Amino acid sequence: MADSDGRQVDGVNHATGKIYRLKLFFNNEGKELTKEEKQRLRKEKKQHKKNKKDDKGPPEKEKEKEKASVPAPSKPATQSPAHKAAPAPVHASESAAAAEKPAKSKAELRAERRARQDSERTSKHGKKEGGQQSASSKPKATPNELQPVVKRLPEHVQVDDPAALKKLAKKLERQQVRQIHSHVPLRSDYGYKVSLFSHLHQYSRKSPPTLQISIPATVIHPSIVRLGLQYSQGIIAGSNARSVALLHTFKQVIQDYSTPPNEELSRDLVNKLSPYISFLSQCRPLSASMGNAIKYIKKEISNIPSQCKEEEAKGKLQACIDSYINEKIILASEAISKYAIEKISDGDVILVYGCSSLVNHILCKAFEKQRKFRVIVVDSRPRLEGREALRRLVKKGIRCTYVLISALSYILPEVSKVFLGAHALLANGYVMSRVGTSQIALVAKAYNVPVLVCCETYKFCERVQTDSFVSNELDDPDDLIVTRNGKSHLENWQTVKSLGLLNLVYDVTPPDFVDLVITDLGMIPCTSVPVVLRVKNVDQ
Amino acid sequence: LEDGRKLVEYFRAQIRGDPDVASAVAAIRSLLEFLRRDQSETILGLRENMTQAIRRLEETDSSVAVSSGGELFLRFISLTSLEHPDLSQCKNVMIERGELFLKKISLSRGKVGKLCHTFIKDGAKILTHSSSRVVLKVLENAAADNKRFTVYVTESQPDSAGKRMAQKLRKLNIPVMVVLDAAVGYIMEKVDLVIVGAEGVVESGGVINKIGTYQMAVCSKAHNKPFYVVAESFKFVRLYPLNQQDVPDRFKYTADILKTVKDLNQEHPMIDYTPPSLITLLFTDLGVLTPSAVSDELIKLYL
Repeated sequence: MADSDGRQVDGVNHATGKIYRLKLFFNNEGKELTKEEKQRLRKEKKQHKKNKKDDKGPPEKEKEKEKASVPAPSKPATQSPAHKAAPAPVHASESAAAAEKPAKSKAELRAERRARQDSERTSKHGKKEGGQQSASSKPKATPNELQPVVKRLPEHVQVDDPAALKKLAKKLERQQVRQIHSHVPLRSDYGYKVSLFSHLHQYSRKSPPTLQISIPATVIHPSIVRLGLQYSQGIIAGSNARSVALLHTFKQVIQDYSTPPNEELSRDLVNKLSPYISFLSQCRPLSASMGNAIKYIKKEISNIPSQCKEEEAKGKLQACIDSYINEKIILASEAISKYAIEKISDGDVILVYGCSSLVNHILCKAFEKQRKFRVIVVDSRPRLEGREALRRLVKKGIRCTYVLISALSYILPEVSKVFLGAHALLANGYVMSRVGTSQIALVAKAYNVPVLVCCETYKFCERVQTDSFVSNELDDPDDLIVTRNGKSHLENWQTVKSLGLLNLVYDVTPPDFVDLVITDLGMIPCTSVPVVLRVKNVDQ
Repeated sequence: LEDGRKLVEYFRAQIRGDPDVASAVAAIRSLLEFLRRDQSETILGLRENMTQAIRRLEETDSSVAVSSGGELFLRFISLTSLEHPDLSQCKNVMIERGELFLKKISLSRGKVGKLCHTFIKDGAKILTHSSSRVVLKVLENAAADNKRFTVYVTESQPDSAGKRMAQKLRKLNIPVMVVLDAAVGYIMEKVDLVIVGAEGVVESGGVINKIGTYQMAVCSKAHNKPFYVVAESFKFVRLYPLNQQDVPDRFKYTADILKTVKDLNQEHPMIDYTPPSLITLLFTDLGVLTPSAVSDELIKLYL
């Protein structure tokens, strides 16, 4: 993956200067287009270079590598710049590029049309775009089936790559829509980062992202600014809460939106949303559920027919958002509670970890249905979210016990079932959840206690991850400083050169530790997540 | 009620007439006959009667297969929308589909046998549990293929079903030895593979089978011997037990005991649950599946 970025440094600056690219950045389909285009440009550049020295390049090698490349073109991406010397994958991608067919897919045609429109628009506004070369040098499209997209790393896991940071800064600067001065601020990292996680952002809560934002922030809608601050300060936390808040804010944004003249709502609104999304991800990295919600909204927006009046379109969008929240979150939690209550029998001792809105809802519903059980709430520093769960359950009248995670193996022999919430379910069956979940699942497995994960289907994510390092979130390291008896030992941790504080937010649990996943579609084993994703994609 | 009694009689007659037939197939035949004789006026009434009929059959024979077979039958005949406004036409369509379903599942045992017998190598020593007609078919096919193998069968108390299996195998000229249930751990090092049948295959990919299967699975895992399960696809049931206690009581005991006995804790359960982590492969008429693929197939069947 770093290889592709390495090439970007010395090659074409794909700093997404073009506005259409900004819009497409978060649109999955667009992501593939832009990546594909960048890949094609890279290949072209390489081809130029190669054609100079490559007269004697073994043609047979190319042919055989071409055959090899077609089933496994991701190989070039996975090689680091250090191994660039291996000419084989380079040959492969080039020969594949050489074997391009002139047939273009509909998506590529659309993108080209947009690119032409945008280049006209930007030349009208007299902006200097380096991206014009990318418009002109748009290579012929390779059919998607022949050349599966080489996945690039998202920028939020490339914090230690100075080129990626430069690119991001430029992109945020350019996210202006006819305004010169206001821009989405780039938040700077805080403190020493542990080397294993140096590719992730680490922000401090004391420096909010709105410090550098100018007033009035004409690019960013004020409710989005408020939402971003609420995220960054931790006022809104929890996967469902964040998604619902995001959707409500988008409703507000759509309400206040007015289509500029000569623009189409379906295209312009999506453009408007992109800087908001960048800003929000600067405040706090987007969760998988938020990502899916954003994808849904963008799809709905772009499906608005062009002859639709503005008021009607806005009303439709608001109704869509409402129905999404209702179906995917509220009704889903009802369905999940129904299935989960079947699994709760009288006399059960249920262990829960942290504060999952879904698990709390299930337990409250089960209690209402007169099931006799008691709950053990496990909590961990520094968030101590278990206290909130404890408060809610005790208020209902459920008998609870409270322990810290260090007492887990002490308390587990008493436990009959473990209920866990999830932040996201990955395509290979791994469960991404609050840090500590994986530990609980592991110890529960050792004691032969069934582990049940409750997760709505809108949190299912196409990503594949097998460890907690590659993509995670680092919280404010100052949270780990604790004051006891008036003394805080870690107060001056920054002065000690060899000391790093690591405040991880998420971790990943393998499917072998999870016995059952309860979703709104029913009870499935952890390995069946890709089937559900496939079924969902067919539906849509 | 009258219909219910006639249904049960028909069902029992089916089983008496053809002892080799799977109980689920007999149940489905009876349900089809019930559908033909049914007099209800509306489709909803028809469905109601069918569900009642299935429940009556479950009371007679409490095995998992009858329950799963019945549910699948009901889904199969009403799977696609019945657009005909005329009830008798709808009924004819349903009866047609029912017969199609019956024909399909009557062939499934043969399909499983054909799939599995290739996994039995020449000179193999096979361990099996209790009496399963599907396993018998598999061994029959393997013997017909001129393979030489020996079979160890557990006695399988409390009904000594294993001894019946041994008799059947002797008729096929297959060398067989009956072992005690308690001798499974002792014999495991001698055998090459374990093949068992199933009463029901659950959503997680685990199986429900005669009591003693779980023990055998744990032993085979400890000895690293492959543990194969052979089952027809109509045995796939929408249950998801987390452990032994989570299996519903109506499957654990025979129908007579459920009706007569007050305190079920004093009774011995007839089945146990084997989790998917102990199973190597499942042979079904849908193909050879890993336990995690069972859920995918179930999703396809039911969703």
